[in-house]
Amino acid sequence: MTEPQDFTPAPRKRRPPKFILGGILLVGGILFLIITSLNASAQYFLTVDEVVARSRAGELEGRNIRVSGAVVGDSIHYDIDSLELSFTIAHLPADNQLVAQEGGLAQALYKAVNDPARTRLDVVYNGPVPDLLQNESQAILTGRVLSSGVFEADEILLKCPTKYEGSVPDQVGQEGE
Amino acid sequence: MAAEIGFGALFISLIFAIYGIGAAIYGERTHRKDWVKSAQQAMRLIFPVLTISIGSLLYLLANGHFEVVYVADVTSRSMPLYLKLTALWGGQAGSLLFWSWLLAGFIFAVALRKWDRDQDLLPWVIVVNLATLIFFLILNIFYENPFARYWQDASGIISSFGQPPGALPIYPRDGGGLNPYLRHPGMIIHPPMQYLGFVGFIVPFSYAIATLITRRTDDRWIQITRGWTLWAWLFLSLGLILGARWAYDVLGWGGYWGWDPVENSALMPWLSGTAYLHAVLIHEKRSMFKEWSMVLIVITYLLIIFGTFITRSGLLSSVHSFAESKIGPIFLGFLILTLLGTVLLLNSRWKILRSPHVVQNLFSREALIIISVVLFLGLLVTVFWGVIFPMISELATGQKVTVGPPFYERVAAPIFGGLLTLMAICPLAVWSYVSFKHLGKLLWKPFLVSLLGIVLPLIGGLTRWPALIAFWLVAFGLAVNIFEFIRRIRIRRRTEGEGWWSSFSKVFRRNQRSYSAMIIHVGVVLMALGVIGIEFFQTETQGTLAEGQALRLSSYTMTYEDLDIFDTRDARNVARAVVSVKKDGQKLGELYPRKDFYYESGIPVTIPGVRSTLLDDFYVILVDWKEISSEGATFKIYHNPLVKWLWIGAWVFVVGVVMATWPSGKKGLKALNVGKL
Repeated sequence: MTEPQDFTPAPRKRRPPKFILGGILLVGGILFLIITSLNASAQYFLTVDEVVARSRAGELEGRNIRVSGAVVGDSIHYDIDSLELSFTIAHLPADNQLVAQEGGLAQALYKAVNDPARTRLDVVYNGPVPDLLQNESQAILTGRVLSSGVFEADEILLKCPTKYEGSVPDQVGQEGE
Repeated sequence: MAAEIGFGALFISLIFAIYGIGAAIYGERTHRKDWVKSAQQAMRLIFPVLTISIGSLLYLLANGHFEVVYVADVTSRSMPLYLKLTALWGGQAGSLLFWSWLLAGFIFAVALRKWDRDQDLLPWVIVVNLATLIFFLILNIFYENPFARYWQDASGIISSFGQPPGALPIYPRDGGGLNPYLRHPGMIIHPPMQYLGFVGFIVPFSYAIATLITRRTDDRWIQITRGWTLWAWLFLSLGLILGARWAYDVLGWGGYWGWDPVENSALMPWLSGTAYLHAVLIHEKRSMFKEWSMVLIVITYLLIIFGTFITRSGLLSSVHSFAESKIGPIFLGFLILTLLGTVLLLNSRWKILRSPHVVQNLFSREALIIISVVLFLGLLVTVFWGVIFPMISELATGQKVTVGPPFYERVAAPIFGGLLTLMAICPLAVWSYVSFKHLGKLLWKPFLVSLLGIVLPLIGGLTRWPALIAFWLVAFGLAVNIFEFIRRIRIRRRTEGEGWWSSFSKVFRRNQRSYSAMIIHVGVVLMALGVIGIEFFQTETQGTLAEGQALRLSSYTMTYEDLDIFDTRDARNVARAVVSVKKDGQKLGELYPRKDFYYESGIPVTIPGVRSTLLDDFYVILVDWKEISSEGATFKIYHNPLVKWLWIGAWVFVVGVVMATWPSGKKGLKALNVGKL
């Protein structure tokens, strides 16, 4: 009986123990790095409501957090002497389904900014004005809440959904082709 | 009319693809070669048909047919023709069509090759490729139709391909215009490169699956797909590099990589693809670790689909994902199905993949390569964990927790260090067995030279030890590769008595693959130098200046000279500052940082003024200004040491990969055709 070697491989030689040990050390080292770094740099991703509530309760002291909200256009101010940018964000639901219920992100942002009942959060940032910082854009900020209740941002990410896909063009006419 | 032709062609492609799969499976099951041949013909037909579809969309884009929703979304009258055409991949529906078209092109090329010796693989290669294509065609036809148009009915404006009852067609006069950020040359070439890289990896994946299904255990599939893999890898690398370059040139934050989820999702297939490229070397040379190469190519394919899904689903907060989309769930479904299918297949073939050999020596080349593969996988797990962590934490605790760049940097830095070390030692190691003594003999000279990488910065006053180690690693990698190359030429000269040049070219051609690898590694080492420069030594400052006032940073002084504000013909308002730059009192010239405001989209784009030398970059951003320019303008400036080496290294890397794909004369071609069976 000779079967093709491909199908019944010869028994494997045993791996020398130093390789098994080396492999464990290598993989363990990488996992150790991942876990320790994760603990050191994880940030809560919160809504404006949560930030305001939890900072009043003193839960966020000294913690690095991320917050998402709608930029209130009138509040944007850049002070060229202190080089400090300040603006206000309004509460925006974090749940995609809630956003969809409000008629999509663009509509949700519009409602957030124009609803005086929404919780608002003042933000300061030391740096240039980001290009997309404008009324009704979505801001995702990384930073911390100062004792004054103002949010100090280190990083600003912005989205303005109305400017891209999905918006109906303004100038719609009924001309022929 | 063009929209109807385009959509019709899309639909016909889908029918051909479905037929192709059916014919291939039927032919394989019944052992009727004519059916498989027929499936192969179908594969060849899809590309021309999809070309008609994409041609129709280009026609609509170029001629401003704003009644088509996609055209109105991404173009406007004021855009130049080349931008109207490249707007093909400026939005979701167009990108997906472009994806499908590129894949059809690859499938076309696969169908053209001679299949005499690999008849058994052919049906399954057809099935895998066409199944992937069908998935994307379905997305295009049923979910993201680039040919849908505007209609008006009582409820308002709706978009649909066919005429809804009671609705009338409407013809907008102008469109919204392409996202200004996507108008930069880097952003015009970046997506096609990325897509070519993604699509290219589908070919080796299809061969791998065919090999598994047919229970073949040889490395024929690797030989056939080596060229495909290298080209895919090249394009994927180019996509990443161009994306980084674009971020540096346009985004105006003085960086090149932000560990953004979408960047990460493009990086992940690159990491697994790179691991795969290394693992197949052992597979080919030593017939070991076959299961590794299989698993790695499967992971790469899954990550490509995952990456497209992440980018397109709006699941993550990122600068890239503009719109939430309805195609998320269908992507997820496809992903899960593929994952299940491949896991089951791998599991049932696991036994025949296992090699009877095991690695016996810690310094053998296979051992070093396997360590580097593990390190690449470590990076991959890190990035993957960082990307999905917000979702996992939300599912587990109801609280979304995210990780930022510090997480990635802390884990990646030591792993990159390990990879740099391996890159330095690897060219010296040989297959199967190397003694430590042998390695030491080859290593001690470059090691001594590389100490300059520590001594010189120390003399220069640098005392941060992580930076010193990083510099040393770079010096070590460069020194080993250069010494080794010279050593081999000298041996050849001594044994053959030839001149330097003839020895050089012969040594090179003899062993093209290994020297290409050395060039690629030198490129990576140079890129590392750029990364070290910007990560460890970047400094910045900002200030508001009146005309004639100056701002200092490092040894540079910039003086604000003038500001012009003007409109351009393509509907931009440009504010352009003139600043003069001095270094150590020496006048160097002028820079023109500016801000372009796009009227259509209401978005400003900041374009920095950069003076780049081998030693450092001086990077100026115009932040703000007063309407009357004499009152002053605000600038932010960055000093980025050594960053130019990132781009130089990238070019060296690209040259290396191109050389690796280059057919190495008759001998090389012949070698490609001789399979070990």
